Amino acid sequence: MNTRKKLTSFEEAVLPHLDAAYNLARWLTRNDADAHDVVQEAYLRAFRFFGGFNGMDGRAWLLGIVRNTSYTWMQQNRSPGQSVPLDDEIYEIESNELNPEALLQQTADSKMVREALEQLPVEFREVLVLRELEEFSYKEIAQITALPIGTVMSRLARGRKRLQQVLTKGKSVEV
Amino acid sequence: MSCHTAQELIHGYIDCELDGQQTAEIERHIHECKGCGGIYRNQLTLSSALRDTTLYFKAPEDLKRRIRTSLQIEAKTETTNKHFGWGWSLMAASLAVVLIATTLWKFAPSFRASSSDGLVAHEVLADHIRSLQLTSHLTDVLSTDQHTVKPWFNGKIDFSPPVRDFADHDFHLYGGRVGYLNNRVVATLVYQRRGHFINLYIWPVETTSNAKESSMQLQGFNLIQWTNSGMTFWAVSDLNSMELQEFVRYVQQ
Repeated sequence: MNTRKKLTSFEEAVLPHLDAAYNLARWLTRNDADAHDVVQEAYLRAFRFFGGFNGMDGRAWLLGIVRNTSYTWMQQNRSPGQSVPLDDEIYEIESNELNPEALLQQTADSKMVREALEQLPVEFREVLVLRELEEFSYKEIAQITALPIGTVMSRLARGRKRLQQVLTKGKSVEV
Repeated sequence: MSCHTAQELIHGYIDCELDGQQTAEIERHIHECKGCGGIYRNQLTLSSALRDTTLYFKAPEDLKRRIRTSLQIEAKTETTNKHFGWGWSLMAASLAVVLIATTLWKFAPSFRASSSDGLVAHEVLADHIRSLQLTSHLTDVLSTDQHTVKPWFNGKIDFSPPVRDFADHDFHLYGGRVGYLNNRVVATLVYQRRGHFINLYIWPVETTSNAKESSMQLQGFNLIQWTNSGMTFWAVSDLNSMELQEFVRYVQQ
Protein backbone atom coordinates (compact mmCIF):
# COMPACT_ATOMS: atom_id res chain seq x y z
CA MET A 1 0.00 0.00 0.00
CA ASN A 2 1.52 3.36 -0.88
CA THR A 3 1.66 5.92 1.90
CA ARG A 4 -0.90 8.32 0.48
CA LYS A 5 -3.42 5.54 0.05
CA LYS A 6 -2.63 4.24 3.52
CA LEU A 7 -3.21 7.69 5.01
CA THR A 8 -6.55 8.05 3.21
CA SER A 9 -7.91 4.69 4.27
CA PHE A 10 -6.58 5.18 7.80
CA GLU A 11 -8.38 8.51 8.07
CA GLU A 12 -11.58 6.89 6.83
CA ALA A 13 -11.45 3.86 9.12
CA VAL A 14 -9.94 5.24 12.31
CA LEU A 15 -10.32 9.02 12.52
CA PRO A 16 -14.14 8.91 13.01
CA HIS A 17 -13.56 7.16 16.36
CA LEU A 18 -11.71 10.09 17.87
CA ASP A 19 -14.43 10.79 20.46
CA ALA A 20 -14.37 7.17 21.66
CA ALA A 21 -10.57 7.26 21.87
CA TYR A 22 -10.61 10.49 23.85
CA ASN A 23 -13.40 9.31 26.14
CA LEU A 24 -11.49 6.14 27.09
CA ALA A 25 -8.14 7.92 27.51
CA ARG A 26 -9.79 10.64 29.60
CA TRP A 27 -11.47 8.12 31.91
CA LEU A 28 -8.27 6.12 32.30
CA THR A 29 -5.88 9.03 32.88
CA ARG A 30 -8.46 11.27 34.61
CA ASN A 31 -6.76 14.32 33.17
CA ASP A 32 -7.42 16.43 30.04
CA ALA A 33 -3.80 17.12 29.11
CA ASP A 34 -2.73 13.49 29.56
CA ALA A 35 -5.70 12.24 27.54
CA HIS A 36 -4.74 14.69 24.80
CA ASP A 37 -1.18 13.38 24.58
CA VAL A 38 -2.21 9.73 24.94
CA VAL A 39 -4.70 9.95 22.07
CA GLN A 40 -2.21 11.66 19.83
CA GLU A 41 0.40 9.01 20.56
CA ALA A 42 -2.16 6.21 20.12
CA TYR A 43 -3.11 7.53 16.68
CA LEU A 44 0.52 7.55 15.62
CA ARG A 45 0.96 3.98 16.83
CA ALA A 46 -2.27 2.94 15.14
CA PHE A 47 -1.02 4.43 11.89
CA ARG A 48 2.25 2.50 12.14
CA PHE A 49 0.40 -0.76 12.86
CA PHE A 50 -2.31 -0.08 10.29
CA GLY A 51 -0.90 -2.82 8.07
CA GLY A 52 -2.05 -5.31 10.71
CA PHE A 53 -5.61 -3.96 10.70
CA ASN A 54 -7.82 -6.50 8.96
CA GLY A 55 -10.98 -4.49 8.48
CA MET A 56 -12.62 -5.58 11.73
CA ASP A 57 -14.36 -2.99 13.90
CA GLY A 58 -12.09 0.06 13.71
CA ARG A 59 -13.37 1.44 17.00
CA ALA A 60 -12.52 -1.72 18.98
CA TRP A 61 -9.13 -1.96 17.27
CA LEU A 62 -8.27 1.66 18.03
CA LEU A 63 -9.46 1.45 21.64
CA GLY A 64 -7.15 -1.52 22.24
CA ILE A 65 -4.23 0.69 21.23
CA VAL A 66 -5.55 3.65 23.25
CA ARG A 67 -5.80 1.41 26.31
CA ASN A 68 -2.21 0.14 25.97
CA THR A 69 -0.90 3.64 25.35
CA SER A 70 -2.77 4.93 28.42
CA TYR A 71 -1.27 2.25 30.66
CA THR A 72 2.25 2.91 29.37
CA TRP A 73 1.67 6.61 29.87
CA MET A 74 0.42 6.17 33.42
CA GLN A 75 3.39 3.98 34.31
CA GLN A 76 5.85 6.52 32.94
CA ASN A 77 4.29 9.68 34.25
CA ARG A 78 2.91 8.81 37.64
CA SER A 79 4.41 8.00 40.95
CA PRO A 80 3.53 4.46 42.00
CA GLY A 81 0.80 3.96 44.56
CA GLN A 82 -1.72 6.25 42.98
CA SER A 83 -3.84 3.46 41.66
CA VAL A 84 -3.59 0.77 44.29
CA PRO A 85 -6.67 -1.43 44.07
CA LEU A 86 -8.69 -1.39 47.24
CA ASP A 87 -9.06 -4.54 49.20
CA ASP A 88 -12.06 -6.36 47.83
CA GLU A 89 -13.07 -7.97 51.08
CA ILE A 90 -13.57 -4.67 52.84
CA TYR A 91 -15.62 -3.20 50.07
CA GLU A 92 -17.82 -6.08 49.01
CA ILE A 93 -21.29 -5.54 50.37
CA GLU A 94 -24.65 -7.14 50.24
CA SER A 95 -26.38 -4.78 47.93
CA ASN A 96 -29.85 -6.10 48.62
CA GLU A 97 -29.85 -4.13 51.85
CA LEU A 98 -29.79 -0.90 49.91
CA ASN A 99 -32.87 1.03 49.17
CA PRO A 100 -33.57 1.50 45.43
CA GLU A 101 -35.15 4.93 45.99
CA ALA A 102 -32.05 6.23 47.74
CA LEU A 103 -29.88 5.02 44.89
CA LEU A 104 -32.19 6.56 42.32
CA GLN A 105 -31.87 9.89 44.07
CA GLN A 106 -28.07 9.66 44.07
CA THR A 107 -27.77 8.68 40.44
CA ALA A 108 -29.97 11.57 39.34
CA ASP A 109 -26.97 13.77 40.07
CA SER A 110 -24.57 13.09 37.19
CA LYS A 111 -21.72 14.98 38.87
CA MET A 112 -21.89 12.53 41.74
CA VAL A 113 -21.93 9.56 39.38
CA ARG A 114 -18.91 10.96 37.58
CA GLU A 115 -16.97 11.35 40.81
CA ALA A 116 -17.92 7.88 41.98
CA LEU A 117 -16.75 6.34 38.71
CA GLU A 118 -13.49 8.31 38.85
CA GLN A 119 -12.78 6.90 42.29
CA LEU A 120 -12.97 3.29 41.14
CA PRO A 121 -9.70 1.42 40.58
CA VAL A 122 -8.73 1.58 36.92
CA GLU A 123 -9.44 -2.11 36.17
CA PHE A 124 -13.11 -1.65 37.13
CA ARG A 125 -13.37 1.80 35.61
CA GLU A 126 -12.23 0.62 32.19
CA VAL A 127 -14.72 -2.25 31.83
CA LEU A 128 -17.57 -0.01 33.01
CA VAL A 129 -16.66 2.72 30.52
CA LEU A 130 -16.37 0.21 27.68
CA ARG A 131 -19.67 -1.45 28.58
CA GLU A 132 -21.90 1.45 29.63
CA LEU A 133 -20.49 4.41 27.74
CA GLU A 134 -19.26 2.66 24.60
CA GLU A 135 -21.81 -0.18 24.71
CA PHE A 136 -19.38 -2.90 23.67
CA SER A 137 -20.32 -6.57 24.13
CA TYR A 138 -18.39 -8.74 26.59
CA LYS A 139 -16.60 -10.34 23.67
CA GLU A 140 -15.47 -6.99 22.29
CA ILE A 141 -14.35 -5.80 25.73
CA ALA A 142 -12.33 -9.00 26.11
CA GLN A 143 -10.69 -8.27 22.78
CA ILE A 144 -9.85 -4.64 23.67
CA THR A 145 -8.50 -5.40 27.14
CA ALA A 146 -6.89 -8.75 26.25
CA LEU A 147 -8.70 -10.29 29.24
CA PRO A 148 -10.66 -13.57 29.28
CA ILE A 149 -14.45 -13.09 28.97
CA GLY A 150 -14.95 -14.53 32.47
CA THR A 151 -12.71 -11.83 33.95
CA VAL A 152 -14.57 -9.12 32.02
CA MET A 153 -17.85 -10.40 33.49
CA SER A 154 -16.64 -10.58 37.06
CA ARG A 155 -14.95 -7.16 36.88
CA LEU A 156 -18.16 -5.62 35.57
CA ALA A 157 -20.17 -7.21 38.38
CA ARG A 158 -17.67 -6.13 41.04
CA GLY A 159 -17.26 -2.70 39.51
CA ARG A 160 -20.99 -2.07 39.60
CA LYS A 161 -21.27 -3.25 43.19
CA ARG A 162 -18.48 -0.92 44.22
CA LEU A 163 -19.93 1.98 42.32
CA GLN A 164 -23.26 1.47 44.01
CA GLN A 165 -21.52 1.34 47.34
CA VAL A 166 -19.54 4.53 46.75
CA LEU A 167 -22.75 6.30 45.73
CA THR A 168 -24.85 5.16 48.67
CA LYS A 169 -21.99 5.69 51.11
CA GLY A 170 -21.85 9.32 50.01
CA LYS A 171 -25.52 9.52 50.88
CA SER A 172 -25.17 8.19 54.39
CA VAL A 173 -22.34 10.63 55.11
CA GLU A 174 -24.48 13.48 53.92
CA VAL A 175 -27.53 12.62 56.02
CA MET B 1 -32.35 -21.08 40.74
CA SER B 2 -30.50 -20.12 43.90
CA CYS B 3 -30.10 -16.47 44.92
CA HIS B 4 -26.32 -16.90 44.65
CA THR B 5 -26.53 -17.97 41.00
CA ALA B 6 -29.14 -15.33 40.27
CA GLN B 7 -26.95 -12.53 41.62
CA GLU B 8 -24.11 -13.71 39.42
CA LEU B 9 -26.31 -13.75 36.35
CA ILE B 10 -28.03 -10.41 36.94
CA HIS B 11 -25.21 -8.52 35.23
CA GLY B 12 -25.26 -10.77 32.19
CA TYR B 13 -29.02 -10.24 32.08
CA ILE B 14 -28.73 -6.45 32.22
CA ASP B 15 -26.10 -6.59 29.46
CA CYS B 16 -28.17 -8.97 27.28
CA GLU B 17 -25.40 -11.56 27.32
CA LEU B 18 -27.45 -14.58 28.52
CA ASP B 19 -28.91 -17.31 26.35
CA GLY B 20 -32.69 -17.88 26.06
CA GLN B 21 -32.95 -20.45 28.83
CA GLN B 22 -30.89 -18.46 31.36
CA THR B 23 -32.89 -15.36 30.52
CA ALA B 24 -36.20 -17.14 31.21
CA GLU B 25 -34.88 -18.53 34.53
CA ILE B 26 -33.51 -15.25 35.82
CA GLU B 27 -36.67 -13.39 34.85
CA ARG B 28 -38.74 -15.86 36.83
CA HIS B 29 -36.38 -15.61 39.82
CA ILE B 30 -36.24 -11.82 40.11
CA HIS B 31 -40.00 -11.75 39.76
CA GLU B 32 -40.47 -14.17 42.64
CA CYS B 33 -37.55 -13.25 44.96
CA LYS B 34 -37.88 -9.83 46.57
CA GLY B 35 -34.19 -9.57 47.51
CA CYS B 36 -32.82 -10.39 44.07
CA GLY B 37 -35.52 -8.22 42.48
CA GLY B 38 -34.22 -5.27 44.52
CA ILE B 39 -30.62 -5.91 43.49
CA TYR B 40 -31.69 -6.11 39.86
CA ARG B 41 -33.54 -2.79 40.01
CA ASN B 42 -30.59 -1.10 41.73
CA GLN B 43 -28.17 -2.33 39.09
CA LEU B 44 -30.53 -1.28 36.34
CA THR B 45 -30.76 2.21 37.83
CA LEU B 46 -27.00 2.41 38.01
CA SER B 47 -26.55 1.16 34.48
CA SER B 48 -28.89 3.76 33.01
CA ALA B 49 -27.29 6.49 35.13
CA LEU B 50 -23.92 5.65 33.55
CA ARG B 51 -25.40 6.01 30.10
CA ASP B 52 -26.05 9.67 30.86
CA THR B 53 -24.44 11.51 27.95
CA THR B 54 -22.86 14.12 30.21
CA LEU B 55 -20.44 11.44 31.41
CA TYR B 56 -19.05 11.07 27.90
CA PHE B 57 -15.91 13.08 27.22
CA LYS B 58 -15.97 14.43 23.68
CA ALA B 59 -12.63 15.08 22.00
CA PRO B 60 -11.62 18.77 22.03
CA GLU B 61 -11.84 20.56 18.68
CA ASP B 62 -8.14 21.12 18.15
CA LEU B 63 -7.19 17.50 18.80
CA LYS B 64 -8.36 16.30 15.40
CA ARG B 65 -6.35 18.98 13.66
CA ARG B 66 -3.26 18.07 15.66
CA ILE B 67 -3.63 14.38 14.91
CA ARG B 68 -4.04 15.05 11.20
CA THR B 69 -0.86 17.13 11.24
CA SER B 70 1.17 14.51 13.06
CA LEU B 71 -0.17 11.79 10.74
CA GLN B 72 0.93 13.77 7.72
CA ILE B 73 4.40 14.18 9.24
CA GLU B 74 4.50 10.45 9.94
CA ALA B 75 3.36 9.60 6.41
CA LYS B 76 6.02 11.88 4.98
CA THR B 77 8.70 10.19 7.09
CA GLU B 78 7.57 6.79 5.84
CA THR B 79 7.74 7.95 2.24
CA THR B 80 11.19 9.46 2.70
CA ASN B 81 12.50 6.30 4.30
CA LYS B 82 11.09 4.22 1.46
CA HIS B 83 12.53 6.41 -1.27
CA PHE B 84 15.85 7.16 0.26
CA GLY B 85 16.29 3.65 1.54
CA TRP B 86 18.01 2.49 4.68
CA GLY B 87 21.06 1.32 2.82
CA TRP B 88 21.92 4.74 1.48
CA SER B 89 21.32 6.68 4.65
CA LEU B 90 23.32 4.20 6.70
CA MET B 91 26.16 4.27 4.24
CA ALA B 92 26.18 8.05 4.10
CA ALA B 93 26.01 8.27 7.88
CA SER B 94 28.85 5.84 8.46
CA LEU B 95 30.97 7.54 5.84
CA ALA B 96 30.44 10.86 7.60
CA VAL B 97 31.33 9.31 10.95
CA VAL B 98 34.56 7.85 9.59
CA LEU B 99 35.53 11.13 7.93
CA ILE B 100 34.83 13.24 10.97
CA ALA B 101 36.45 10.82 13.35
CA THR B 102 39.60 10.72 11.23
CA THR B 103 39.68 14.49 10.98
CA LEU B 104 39.27 14.92 14.69
CA TRP B 105 41.91 12.33 15.45
CA LYS B 106 44.43 14.01 13.16
CA PHE B 107 43.82 17.64 13.88
CA ALA B 108 42.75 17.76 17.47
CA PRO B 109 45.45 15.87 19.34
CA SER B 110 45.00 18.01 22.44
CA PHE B 111 41.64 16.39 23.03
CA ARG B 112 42.76 12.86 22.39
CA ALA B 113 43.99 12.28 25.89
CA SER B 114 41.44 14.43 27.66
CA SER B 115 38.67 13.28 29.92
CA SER B 116 35.73 11.16 28.79
CA ASP B 117 33.70 14.38 28.63
CA GLY B 118 36.06 15.56 25.92
CA LEU B 119 35.45 12.40 23.93
CA VAL B 120 31.73 12.78 24.35
CA ALA B 121 32.03 16.39 23.22
CA HIS B 122 33.58 15.23 19.97
CA GLU B 123 30.89 12.64 19.50
CA VAL B 124 28.24 15.28 20.14
CA LEU B 125 29.87 17.71 17.72
CA ALA B 126 30.23 15.03 15.05
CA ASP B 127 26.53 14.29 15.35
CA HIS B 128 25.70 18.00 15.19
CA ILE B 129 27.69 18.41 11.98
CA ARG B 130 26.24 15.25 10.49
CA SER B 131 22.72 16.45 11.23
CA LEU B 132 23.38 19.61 9.24
CA GLN B 133 25.08 17.89 6.29
CA LEU B 134 22.01 15.94 5.29
CA THR B 135 18.76 17.76 5.93
CA SER B 136 16.99 14.41 6.16
CA HIS B 137 19.11 13.74 9.26
CA LEU B 138 18.15 16.87 11.13
CA THR B 139 14.75 15.74 12.35
CA ASP B 140 12.71 12.56 12.55
CA VAL B 141 9.72 14.51 13.72
CA LEU B 142 9.37 17.95 12.20
CA SER B 143 7.10 20.10 14.31
CA THR B 144 7.06 23.36 16.18
CA ASP B 145 4.46 21.97 18.56
CA GLN B 146 5.86 20.59 21.81
CA HIS B 147 2.70 18.47 22.19
CA THR B 148 3.59 16.73 18.94
CA VAL B 149 7.30 16.34 19.65
CA LYS B 150 7.10 15.06 23.22
CA PRO B 151 4.68 12.14 22.65
CA TRP B 152 6.63 11.23 19.53
CA PHE B 153 9.53 10.08 21.76
CA ASN B 154 7.31 7.63 23.63
CA GLY B 155 8.22 4.04 22.92
CA LYS B 156 11.43 5.09 21.14
CA ILE B 157 13.49 5.91 24.22
CA ASP B 158 13.35 4.77 27.83
CA PHE B 159 13.15 8.23 29.40
CA SER B 160 11.01 11.29 28.99
CA PRO B 161 12.95 14.37 27.90
CA PRO B 162 11.58 17.84 28.73
CA VAL B 163 10.25 19.41 25.52
CA ARG B 164 9.40 23.10 25.45
CA ASP B 165 9.16 25.74 22.80
CA PHE B 166 10.90 29.07 23.47
CA ALA B 167 9.46 30.88 20.46
CA ASP B 168 8.65 33.82 22.74
CA HIS B 169 12.38 34.30 23.17
CA ASP B 170 13.13 33.68 19.48
CA PHE B 171 14.37 30.12 19.99
CA HIS B 172 11.93 28.18 17.88
CA LEU B 173 11.34 24.49 18.41
CA TYR B 174 12.02 22.88 15.03
CA GLY B 175 11.67 19.17 15.70
CA GLY B 176 13.29 16.17 17.30
CA ARG B 177 15.08 12.94 16.53
CA VAL B 178 16.50 9.87 18.21
CA GLY B 179 20.21 9.16 17.91
CA TYR B 180 23.01 7.04 19.31
CA LEU B 181 25.76 8.70 21.32
CA ASN B 182 28.05 7.79 24.19
CA ASN B 183 26.99 4.13 23.77
CA ARG B 184 23.32 4.79 24.30
CA VAL B 185 20.14 6.02 22.66
CA VAL B 186 19.67 9.74 23.14
CA ALA B 187 16.92 12.25 22.46
CA THR B 188 17.79 15.28 20.37
CA LEU B 189 15.69 18.42 20.19
CA VAL B 190 16.30 20.87 17.39
CA TYR B 191 15.81 24.60 17.83
CA GLN B 192 16.32 27.46 15.44
CA ARG B 193 17.24 31.10 15.77
CA ARG B 194 17.72 33.21 12.62
CA GLY B 195 18.75 30.27 10.49
CA HIS B 196 21.17 28.90 13.10
CA PHE B 197 20.33 25.46 14.37
CA ILE B 198 20.81 24.33 17.95
CA ASN B 199 20.91 20.63 18.72
CA LEU B 200 20.01 19.86 22.32
CA TYR B 201 21.09 16.32 23.24
CA ILE B 202 19.52 14.69 26.30
CA TRP B 203 20.12 11.35 27.96
CA PRO B 204 19.77 9.99 31.51
CA VAL B 205 22.80 9.60 33.79
CA GLU B 206 23.27 7.64 36.96
CA THR B 207 24.18 10.55 39.18
CA THR B 208 21.34 12.46 40.80
CA SER B 209 23.45 15.49 41.69
CA ASN B 210 23.13 18.48 39.40
CA ALA B 211 26.20 19.91 37.73
CA LYS B 212 26.65 23.50 36.60
CA GLU B 213 27.25 23.99 32.95
CA SER B 214 30.66 23.89 31.38
CA SER B 215 31.20 25.39 27.96
CA MET B 216 33.80 24.80 25.28
CA GLN B 217 34.58 25.75 21.73
CA LEU B 218 35.47 23.21 19.07
CA GLN B 219 36.11 24.01 15.42
CA GLY B 220 34.16 27.23 15.71
CA PHE B 221 31.14 25.61 17.33
CA ASN B 222 29.98 26.35 20.85
CA LEU B 223 29.08 23.52 23.20
CA ILE B 224 27.52 23.76 26.65
CA GLN B 225 27.01 20.78 28.90
CA TRP B 226 25.22 20.40 32.25
CA THR B 227 23.39 17.84 34.35
CA ASN B 228 19.99 18.27 35.90
CA SER B 229 17.34 15.93 37.41
CA GLY B 230 19.22 12.79 36.45
CA MET B 231 19.70 13.84 32.84
CA THR B 232 22.71 15.21 31.04
CA PHE B 233 22.26 17.97 28.45
CA TRP B 234 24.49 19.10 25.60
CA ALA B 235 23.62 22.18 23.61
CA VAL B 236 25.59 22.64 20.37
CA SER B 237 25.39 25.40 17.81
CA ASP B 238 27.28 27.77 15.58
CA LEU B 239 25.48 30.58 17.41
CA ASN B 240 27.81 32.82 19.41
CA SER B 241 28.45 31.73 22.97
CA MET B 242 26.38 34.57 24.49
CA GLU B 243 23.24 33.55 22.65
CA LEU B 244 23.81 29.88 23.31
CA GLN B 245 24.15 30.71 27.03
CA GLU B 246 20.86 32.56 26.80
CA PHE B 247 19.24 29.50 25.25
CA VAL B 248 20.62 27.28 28.02
CA ARG B 249 19.10 29.62 30.63
CA TYR B 250 15.63 29.08 29.18
CA VAL B 251 16.08 25.32 29.07
CA GLN B 252 17.19 25.30 32.69
CA GLN B 253 14.27 27.40 33.90
